[in-house]
Amino acid sequence: MTETSHTEEHQHPTADVYLRVGAVLVILTVLEVGVFYVPAFHTVLVPVLLVLSATKFALVVMFYMHLKADSKFFTFLFGVPLLLAVGVMVALLFLFFGALTLRGAAG
Amino acid sequence: MSDARGLASWLTTTDHKRIGLLYFWTALAFFLIGGIEALFIRAQLAQPNGRLVSAETYNQLFTMHGTTMIFLALMPLGASFFNYMVPLQIGARDVAFPRLNAFSYWVFLFGGLFLNASWFVGPLFHAGILNVAPNGGWFGYANLTERQYSPGPNIDFWVLGLQILGISSLAAGFNFIVTILNMRAPGMKMMRLPVFTWMTLVTQFLIITAFPVITVGLAFLIFDRFFGTHFYVREAGATPILWQHLFWLFGHPEVYILILPAMGVVSDVLPTFSRKPLFGYPVVVYSGVLIGLMSWGVWSHHMFAVGLGPIADSVFAATTMLIAVPTGVKIFNWIATLWGGDIRGTTALHFAVGFIAMFIIGGLSGVTHASPPTDLQQTDSYYVVAHIHYVFFGGTIFGLFAGIYYWWPKMTGRLLDETLGKTHFWLQFIGMNLAFFPMHLIGLLGMPRRVYTYAPELGVGSLNLVSTLGAFLIALSILIFLVNLWRTRTRGRPAPNDPWGGATLEWSIPSPPPVYNFSVIPTITSRLPRWTTERHGPMRDPPATPPEPIHVPGGSWWPLIAAFGLPVLALAPLTHTLWVAFAGAALLLLGVYRWAFEPFEV
Amino acid sequence: MTHASATQHHTSMGLDNRKMAFWAFIGSECLLFGSLISTYLVYKGRSVVGPYPNQILNIPFTSVSTFDLLMSSLMMVLALAAVQRGDMKWGKIWLFSTALLGLVFLGGQVIEFSEFVNKGLTISTNLFGCTFFVLTGTHGAHVTVGVLWLLTLWVRALQGKLGPANAMTVEITGLYWHFVDVVWIVIFTVVYLIQ
Repeated sequence: MTETSHTEEHQHPTADVYLRVGAVLVILTVLEVGVFYVPAFHTVLVPVLLVLSATKFALVVMFYMHLKADSKFFTFLFGVPLLLAVGVMVALLFLFFGALTLRGAAG
Repeated sequence: MSDARGLASWLTTTDHKRIGLLYFWTALAFFLIGGIEALFIRAQLAQPNGRLVSAETYNQLFTMHGTTMIFLALMPLGASFFNYMVPLQIGARDVAFPRLNAFSYWVFLFGGLFLNASWFVGPLFHAGILNVAPNGGWFGYANLTERQYSPGPNIDFWVLGLQILGISSLAAGFNFIVTILNMRAPGMKMMRLPVFTWMTLVTQFLIITAFPVITVGLAFLIFDRFFGTHFYVREAGATPILWQHLFWLFGHPEVYILILPAMGVVSDVLPTFSRKPLFGYPVVVYSGVLIGLMSWGVWSHHMFAVGLGPIADSVFAATTMLIAVPTGVKIFNWIATLWGGDIRGTTALHFAVGFIAMFIIGGLSGVTHASPPTDLQQTDSYYVVAHIHYVFFGGTIFGLFAGIYYWWPKMTGRLLDETLGKTHFWLQFIGMNLAFFPMHLIGLLGMPRRVYTYAPELGVGSLNLVSTLGAFLIALSILIFLVNLWRTRTRGRPAPNDPWGGATLEWSIPSPPPVYNFSVIPTITSRLPRWTTERHGPMRDPPATPPEPIHVPGGSWWPLIAAFGLPVLALAPLTHTLWVAFAGAALLLLGVYRWAFEPFEV
Repeated sequence: MTHASATQHHTSMGLDNRKMAFWAFIGSECLLFGSLISTYLVYKGRSVVGPYPNQILNIPFTSVSTFDLLMSSLMMVLALAAVQRGDMKWGKIWLFSTALLGLVFLGGQVIEFSEFVNKGLTISTNLFGCTFFVLTGTHGAHVTVGVLWLLTLWVRALQGKLGPANAMTVEITGLYWHFVDVVWIVIFTVVYLIQ
């Protein structure tokens, strides 16, 4: 077993941070499901849900996958294809519907 | 392991140089197969109402010609140089993951054999021989490829074979990204990398992003054909246009996956034989990166005929015209490199200059498709066939041949004969222009592509005859090339470390290199380490014998065994046998587990 | 685990080879799931026969699955923290819990899929069925691989062959596991909540 890099490029957060992030993730999930059931939110449901899920996504990636503290190069390796994927999705939605609709053809 | 001989040492090899040679010979074999298919096509089209082959056979021929050339010849020929040259150019002893590298090769080999087995296994599917090879074109447009319209196993071979090959390319992609970024010799900064290595890096990024898209598109087709889904079935509300999007989202980056390595070769060959540094190195590198990025934004120009609407058409027309700019920039840089150089007209240089000339023609005819109104006149006609061949044959193949003549002495220790080489070049150059230039006219005169014959009234008989003559001239030139390769075994001049006066690291070590490549890992102080530049003298080549013993990784059987699981897995849907799937998965798992836990000292 | 991890000399970027390869792999996976989710979206509302998403998706049930997967991610980072500080007792416990929660998620998916089939939605019923089952099934396949991987590490730990020296292996396993989790975060929103 030879680890290539002996210079740890980052300090991992402590279990305490992990637990707190976990708690926030749970709260956000509860919010998501809550928002889904509240009729008052129906008109803004899509943006609210997108923001909530993007936040969860970012939290997991930054803290559990350590991108916040790790080498920026990993952020690049992950971020560029992620942007490409989002770009492809947006482009295809425009090509198919002429608009950015996440509710589909019926929505 | 180091200098072990015998079959087992090749089956278990993890040496990037041996894997590079395996890639080379396998890709060359597939190149010849694809070429023979092309000759059948051209013989059939030599005159109106040709009847050498039937329409069904013709469909299989052009499908397998395209698929073979792109996935089994050009990509792996490029991969052969990635394997052999990239570690040498960056001053490394091997790639980052030697066993993954072996895995990539074996998966490629099995995928290629799987696809080509379709020529012969007709009787197993209650059909004649030469009856069940893929026949839906290399682009496999849905819904023609659905079970309803292609009931035989033909498309199954294609879709499963491509899925296997994708795994090979992806595995190699991760490997070479890490190798190039992380295994460089001390002082080998990114902006000191040889351009070939740079273009390899861009290519690998395109591979790891583009191949997942085709994987998904193919997976949908597999589900449609075997499990009754409706991803491309109009009646269910779906649209076959989705396939076109997924295919070209992959397909256009794929075009650059094929051309960027050739551009890299040429960017290394030209400076060597002009005895001048590459003109505008950073611009050439950044143009390559920009081409890679922009290649993601042009895919729908393959789909103007679909009728995507004026906005989409305009956007993709604009991006397509824009991508010609960094390409054009590179061409000017190459010409400027030659300008005022101390030019030595070796065969490698002939091919590199031939590349520039032919690629300009291919690039220009490409820009003509960028305009939707003209594209509508050209699409699905022989004009497009002419374009693609100027790009892939005039471009990629000329570039790769430049690489073969340039690096063959490094890879084998023997120089290719220059007289035969130049004969090869001129015959191929004349042959390709005879074969492909008339296709522009044939297309504009109205002959559609992918038809197995045409009527004399169309008035393209003589042009087609010229094209066929050109194709056979190319075949003759390739024959001369093969003779040249064969001759080097016994009569080739032994190559010194550096037969050309090259600037890059691969020329600082023996030809062929010892198993450990560098007796001492060099320290790099300039972009042209072996040349005298304004601020630097040439580097000292590593000593002939290593001052201290070098540990070389041993071989492994497990990449081969894991790779073999994939074609077995692919046989399961083809034969509708569940236990075959379990056998394939078991092989794969066994290989991966043993691989993960075997002691593999590096 | 001795993986083909380069040579003894330092890497050019000071980053671990395997970790870099794995991030590139995750980038590649973004395009895989991106294509699948894009397909789901462009085919949304185009099914010509039912059942339709709003008639069949069970939000409370899937919310529990989502919660389960999030918790498994938490277990995973706790496992990594334990292995890094050399606490193999808790390392084993957290690794096993992660795998267990993964299995629970898979069990939930089996129940969900069977229920849909009982209600008349199969992979070939309509476009919703095609896109839904292939997207969530691909995710489920990833979870399955993750569970096998985690159980392998757990067994290695039981055998005493996994220690702080292998923290990088655990970290990479974690990267995979968390990525599968964030994909689910997106799927849960795009497929289940935005109907």
